[in-house]
Amino acid sequence: MTYIAKPKFHHPGLKKNELGYTHRDYEGKISTLCAGCGHDSITASIIEACYELSIEPHRVAKISGIGCSSKTPDYFLGNSHGFNSVHGRMPSVLTGANLANRDLIYLGVSGDGDSASIGFGQFAHSIRRAVNMTYIVENNGVYGLTKGQFSATADRGSKSKKGVTNTDNAIDLVAIALQLGATFVARSFSGDKTQLVPLIAAAIRHKGASFIDVISPCIAFNNHAGSTKSFDYVREHNDAVNRLDVLVGREPISVDYAPGTVQVVEQHDGSRLALRKLDADYDPHDRLGAMTFLQKHAAKGQIVTGLLYVDPDAEDLHTHLDTVETPLNTLDEQALCPGSAVLDKINASLR
Amino acid sequence: MKPTDISAPDYFHKVVDCQWACPAHTPVPEYIRLIADGRYSDAYMINWQSNVFPGILGRTCDRPCEPACRRGRVEDNPVAICRLKRVAADFKDDIKHRLPKPGPKNGKRIALVGGGPASLAVARDLAPLGYHCTVFDGDPKAGGMMRSQIPKFRLPDSVIDEETDYILNLGVEFKGGQRVDSLKQLLSENYDAIFVGSGAPRGRELDIPGRKEAAANIHIGIEWLANVSFGHVDKIGRRVIVLGGGNTAMDCCRTARRLGGESVKVVVRSGFEEMKASPWEKEDAIHEDIPILNYMVPVAFKLVAGKLIGVIFQKVRAEYDEKGRRNLVPSGEPDETIPCDDVLVAVGQENAFPWIEADCGIEFDKWHMPKVDPKTFVSTNPKVFFGGDAAFGPKNIIWAVAHGHDAALSIHKMLSGEDINERPLPEVHVSSQKMGIHEWSYDNDISADKRFKVPHRDKVVALKDIRAEVELGYDLKLALGEAQRCLNCDVQTVFAAPLCIECDACVDICPMDCISFTENGEEDDLRQRLKAPSPHHDQALYVSGDLKTGRVMVKDEDVCLHCGLCAERCPTGAWDMQKYLIDMVQAGSTCQSKARSAA
Repeated sequence: MTYIAKPKFHHPGLKKNELGYTHRDYEGKISTLCAGCGHDSITASIIEACYELSIEPHRVAKISGIGCSSKTPDYFLGNSHGFNSVHGRMPSVLTGANLANRDLIYLGVSGDGDSASIGFGQFAHSIRRAVNMTYIVENNGVYGLTKGQFSATADRGSKSKKGVTNTDNAIDLVAIALQLGATFVARSFSGDKTQLVPLIAAAIRHKGASFIDVISPCIAFNNHAGSTKSFDYVREHNDAVNRLDVLVGREPISVDYAPGTVQVVEQHDGSRLALRKLDADYDPHDRLGAMTFLQKHAAKGQIVTGLLYVDPDAEDLHTHLDTVETPLNTLDEQALCPGSAVLDKINASLR
Repeated sequence: MKPTDISAPDYFHKVVDCQWACPAHTPVPEYIRLIADGRYSDAYMINWQSNVFPGILGRTCDRPCEPACRRGRVEDNPVAICRLKRVAADFKDDIKHRLPKPGPKNGKRIALVGGGPASLAVARDLAPLGYHCTVFDGDPKAGGMMRSQIPKFRLPDSVIDEETDYILNLGVEFKGGQRVDSLKQLLSENYDAIFVGSGAPRGRELDIPGRKEAAANIHIGIEWLANVSFGHVDKIGRRVIVLGGGNTAMDCCRTARRLGGESVKVVVRSGFEEMKASPWEKEDAIHEDIPILNYMVPVAFKLVAGKLIGVIFQKVRAEYDEKGRRNLVPSGEPDETIPCDDVLVAVGQENAFPWIEADCGIEFDKWHMPKVDPKTFVSTNPKVFFGGDAAFGPKNIIWAVAHGHDAALSIHKMLSGEDINERPLPEVHVSSQKMGIHEWSYDNDISADKRFKVPHRDKVVALKDIRAEVELGYDLKLALGEAQRCLNCDVQTVFAAPLCIECDACVDICPMDCISFTENGEEDDLRQRLKAPSPHHDQALYVSGDLKTGRVMVKDEDVCLHCGLCAERCPTGAWDMQKYLIDMVQAGSTCQSKARSAA
């Protein structure tokens, strides 16, 4: 928490992206979260990813629910559209907005309380429906705003700051997202921006439901010995399956990787994902394999991170519903209400 | 890179760019904060301790601090450090009771040759310690070139009187009107030490055809300025040419404008950009309708019937050889004659020591300059010290003051039986400025204001009166605004690696992208891998020891705003904002060996 505004001055040598913006132009207001909060690093990663992709801020809608995580859209993309919805209802609001205007980039920002407890059903249905969005869960395993009770993603056996052991089973949002058919699934760590930034960039370029679970240590209530979401624990148990570079355009893939270790995935929009394999046996196109891999490693106490599953030929809700290319909110009255003759025709076809 | 040793006094000193650049190492941010706080007398005393002449320097300093100011790398213009110094002098209360008292005499006698800034600085440091200081000067009043060469419209007599009196009232004996004509004679008077601060009193000649014949209308700049200053000259011709591109030339042309020069031109050999004059002095001259013509070399004075009617110039252009050295070569254009009634020659100053006899034990080098140790300022005669322009040729007042401090320390050590080559280390204070969770003892909210202009007297009025000070100085509102532009570079970012949990909070909040966490490497390699470009290799990298992940923290000091947000966002207190104050050693400083200090 800081009282003064972040100075407007920036480094005179900052690089600009294709739009002529520096990464500072993608910032929002100054964060009011606790000093050192992992969420602020996720905010910085979103800023970096949007800067690198040269996204026009006014083409983004950032939507959140309630919680520490859901405050963060105020801290990035100050010139984008935003909606801070009711607790756990971000997915519905986002789905509605997406249906009304398919042309915007949708960033759903949520937390473990917002998505794994009160909004668990909402989360499930938005993934199941393949809404074209980037759904980021800032997952710290505790209810920070109410002083650190275990959340639904806290691992069984982990300890609270006061030393109480969690006896409930944890919800693994990544496993659920895979099971519900998300076409881009990743896990990362707020303390590893080199991994996180390209994942966010790739998710934004992915057409379909992208889900990223970001472990984000709560400095105030969940960064102690016995926690499985602390900086130290995550760093010790992080098992990254791959490293990702996002390539937009046709530039050649950098050659400093050993041959055979790079897998290139081309997405619908032409962007390419260069995946440097860290685990030789891991195949990010195998949904079932990914689910098994996750379970096996979770049983060993390891946290699997990286791009866990991607379907480059994914479809989204609009494809399924066969909506027009023109965003619905820009259709004129004639298109939306074509008259009783058309209605009669439709009714006749249903008889 | 090895972890940065922040306990070395120079490390943080260099981060305070202004203070590091100041020859007298004035604690600039400290006094600017005091000005912002309305504590003008305190700000003045800090200056007085370091640079002895705050009121004079606040009007005339060459400001080596300002090009160094970090603000100039962050936005367009540095903080107006010099003119804030004047604010402290203008708005202070009576500070006489805060000055040192003349100490009980220790029986040692020091002779000081010349009453300018170097000698007065030596006397200021030595008189309170009990030395009997006698200052000799050919002029009736103390001040040297500050009084004789700087026009009154830039530096009023009252300011010189006040600040020279502070020193003379320490029990310093001033023998005005007594030019020293023989060092041998002075040596025979058995002074314990002699300090030569006689300046660079001779204006360089311009020996071209017509010089002798037109002598009545050709004047040597510094002599003419001195004559104006003492009232011997009060008018000049209607059309005046000033030859030369230094600050003396700027003073000459502006003075000429006030003594009847309606059409005054400055003509320089070099290009406008390479002129030696400070940019602001050129601006002031241009503002007074004085054109500056460049790439013109004077080749002859033109006379008709024994009377000067103009100066003939050859036109040149600059050519650079493969080593980047500049040569002025004729451009091939026809020579140009500029008509004039008077010429002021301000093409440089020289040292002159006709009064130092060959058998005084003072050796001279091939440029006829005395051999002087640049650290101790002692000459080849162990009892004779040099400082100011007399030591290493023409510089400015602030250098003379710095020399004076060092020479005084040498004299004090010598007369205390100590080795003058052993220079004591400065005393450094570093203390946390944390007052609360996000409260600091200094104002860390960075002002976005542009540099405030100093109000000037109306030009018509100013040009009518040679004693009317042109710059009016900041009023308190402007002073506060300008003071708030200071980035408090002396409040240092101090990093404690063992406390860091590598959460990236500091990296994310830093407005200038100064901080990176990365694998260690050699400096050149590290500079390539930082979060933002690192073009200024003279600006240090602050490198931590190894962190838990095996990485290191690297901070590029270059454009840090010292806003303290890294420390505010740090959850573990690994970053702290600590004020760094350095007391340069002066004669009588506490860390000089006390046991052997002078009686």
